[in-house]
Amino acid sequence: MLRDITLGQYYPAQSVIHKLDPRVKLAATLVYIISLFIGMNVEIYIAAALFLVITVKLSKVPVSYITRGLKAIVLLIIFSAAFNLFLTSGETLVSFGPITITKEGARFAVFMIIRLIFLIMGTSLLTLTTTPNNLTDGLEKAFAILKVVKVPVHEIAMMMSIALRFIPILVDETDKIMKAQMARGADFETGNIIRRSKAMVPILVPLFISAFRRANDLAMAMEARCYHGSEGRTKMKPLKYTKRDACGYISLLLYLAVMIGLNIYAGGRVI
Amino acid sequence: MNIKAEHLMYVYEAGTGYEKRALDDVTCEIKGGEFIGLIGHTGSGKSTFIQHLNGLLKAHSGDIKVDDVSIYSPGYNMIELRSNVGLVFQYPEHQLFESDVLKDVCFGPRNLGASKEEAEVLAKEALASVNLGSERFYKASPFDLSGGQKRRAAIAGVLAMKPKVLILDEPTAGLDPKGREEILGLISQIHKDLKITVILVSHSMEDVANYVDRLLVMDKGVLAFDGTPKEVFRHYKELEKLGLAAPQVTYCMNDLKAAGMDVDTDAITISEAVESIMKNF
Repeated sequence: MLRDITLGQYYPAQSVIHKLDPRVKLAATLVYIISLFIGMNVEIYIAAALFLVITVKLSKVPVSYITRGLKAIVLLIIFSAAFNLFLTSGETLVSFGPITITKEGARFAVFMIIRLIFLIMGTSLLTLTTTPNNLTDGLEKAFAILKVVKVPVHEIAMMMSIALRFIPILVDETDKIMKAQMARGADFETGNIIRRSKAMVPILVPLFISAFRRANDLAMAMEARCYHGSEGRTKMKPLKYTKRDACGYISLLLYLAVMIGLNIYAGGRVI
Repeated sequence: MNIKAEHLMYVYEAGTGYEKRALDDVTCEIKGGEFIGLIGHTGSGKSTFIQHLNGLLKAHSGDIKVDDVSIYSPGYNMIELRSNVGLVFQYPEHQLFESDVLKDVCFGPRNLGASKEEAEVLAKEALASVNLGSERFYKASPFDLSGGQKRRAAIAGVLAMKPKVLILDEPTAGLDPKGREEILGLISQIHKDLKITVILVSHSMEDVANYVDRLLVMDKGVLAFDGTPKEVFRHYKELEKLGLAAPQVTYCMNDLKAAGMDVDTDAITISEAVESIMKNF
């Protein structure tokens, strides 16, 4: 069950998307997120779906791999859908007792579900097709301008990539610790919420200790190789834009234009 | 307690591109009181196999029978199975979490429903059998112990559940030679004193050859050899192909034999070898 977590995982493949400059992919993710919030009408969502399908196809990442990440947010989706469904005022569709479902509520709920699913699928594509190293370089370059105001961009990017890199390791570790405690008769599945949260202590304590131990080891290893932050650090493979990346940026602009155009065409209509 | 594994099959990441057969038609019987060594290269499926024996992993096909009852039959008591088949994972010290050693060792018995007093009696017994049986250790934080002591405390955590079968996954990993000898000697002692079945998982022949009565060799999810150490080491050429090596003594004796000396090639320990060689003089 824990192996289902694909958050921040990299999926190795040979594809156009994998080869794109990480800055293009970062921009694409940002544009995609914005585009999902431009409006709420069928045309926009069809266009967003089309864009997503084409990108996924190009990336050669199996669809099952991307949808697996959705399992983790099922609860979130259900909650936000339920809130929208029951708490939106408007024209009554059905009502039983104190609960009324309005037409607007139903629409919002459906759109919210689609929006969240698109959001997760689109953003997980970024980490699935970009190695942590590349992502760090991309972030560092993209936010390099902030260095002027003394923001430690390199360090922040490094921390982020380390965090991403450690997700699968800690997931594995959790799996191991859970099994070890289950072998000692621990039971994580029955009992009320208090009992169950108490049952987490034998997992969390060893997990935190192991995280600190790994952090310590990593810090030592970095220090042993003379790592001292960004100052004077050069790149073996500096990021360089190619023709492919230009095509990427142009497609992105076109996509954004199409989305805005569609919204104007729909006149801000909600359906 | 007898454990019978019948045609076990287990596949990792079933249904994705990464599909990997970790166990492929594994059949064997483990009788009460045996001292077994389970050997295999990294990724041979030995860790997967032992996790089936206490029901942490469920085989995709095949069956496991404990005293002729299938553990996959509906309503089978898994908690009881896990207390009967104690599994000590690799680097067991990583599972320690309590504020003192005694409390940590009590975790197992408490989960099985023992009262605080009963659990403490069991825990003290278990700690004594791993040479940590003194007041000084009971109240110590598990994180203040040395590496070898931590590992022994963790083994006690499983022993306190009074298992009838004790499985240890690479109990010597990451220890220095002295620590290794200590742990292996201790396990051998536990096998003798408590008269329980012990399964020792390792990738090092030298480690287990001196202690076990029976060797299981796994390769790519298949049980490749099953027999006494002497029987298994006769296949030392095949073992090499599996990325494993017979003990140095086996090589030495086979070379001597090939050079025309009348020696016993079944010798495993150095003292056996010395005895056999001295017969020539």
